[in-house]
Amino acid sequence: MLRRYALGFSAVGRQFSNMSSTTPLEDAIRAKLTSTEQITAAFNPQTLEIYNDSHLHAHHKAMQGSTSKETHFRLVITSDAFASKMQPARHRMVYALLRDEMALEGGIHALQLRTLTPEEEERQRKKKEEEAAKAAAEADPAPAE
Amino acid sequence: MFARTIVSGLRRQALRPATTKAASFPATASPFRPQPFLSAFQARLLSDETRSAIDKAVASAPVVLFMKGTPETPACGFSRAAIQILGLQGVDPNAFAAFNVLEDAELRAGIKEYSDWPTIPQLYVDKEFVGGCDILVSMHQSGDLAKLFEEKKVVVLEGEGEGEKPSQ
Repeated sequence: MLRRYALGFSAVGRQFSNMSSTTPLEDAIRAKLTSTEQITAAFNPQTLEIYNDSHLHAHHKAMQGSTSKETHFRLVITSDAFASKMQPARHRMVYALLRDEMALEGGIHALQLRTLTPEEEERQRKKKEEEAAKAAAEADPAPAE
Repeated sequence: MFARTIVSGLRRQALRPATTKAASFPATASPFRPQPFLSAFQARLLSDETRSAIDKAVASAPVVLFMKGTPETPACGFSRAAIQILGLQGVDPNAFAAFNVLEDAELRAGIKEYSDWPTIPQLYVDKEFVGGCDILVSMHQSGDLAKLFEEKKVVVLEGEGEGEKPSQ
């Protein structure tokens, strides 16, 4: 039997099928982070990637007795809402939003966060490109003709 | 390298008052706090005793890590990553203390409220909250963590390492 692991990309088009969802927590995370009606903050994320890493941690001691397939999440969020805020403040914004899901018995056990502003994301993207280009140039120097 | 990092004496000193007077954290709801409708998270109220015990723990060393397990045997991958980063940064073991939240349910619940941070590990430098595992990793990569530790003078200077032997 194939086991389907929920990845950020696979959830497209699934947000309206909450009733029979096999990934209620992931759905809740997505709904809350994309909602424009949050009391705390509307993230209006430019990028939102949700990775369910639970299968990587299923054998951990702390997970003994847990039947949930949604215990470990990794989020990448790019949002203007993070502008002029230090990282701890950004993480707290996300934690506050997901307080219930994290407090839930058998709910989210671990939440890895990568919180960027659009400018930071752009800067990192450029830097990565430059490094890749540099590495490529070193590995394959232009033929001297 | 972190053999001396857990200052168990300090831990005891800092946290024993809270554990011995555990009555302030009754297992059953007190008549003044009937909270059947509140979630487990909300029901955890940080008592003054726990708060002052954590105050002491945070102040027990320039660099303090609240973690799952011990530096020698971390009980969680994120705590392990935090310890490894502190090791890579060359944090002076004498300037470092670790507290195992798995040893103390009050600490485990209390530190989350104390720091307003729902996950473990948590790093404090000079009594100031720095962040959790993800923040440590990104600060380590960006060089901000090295800068911070240097400013706070908590790194072992090269050439001063006790265990170093002259190269043969």
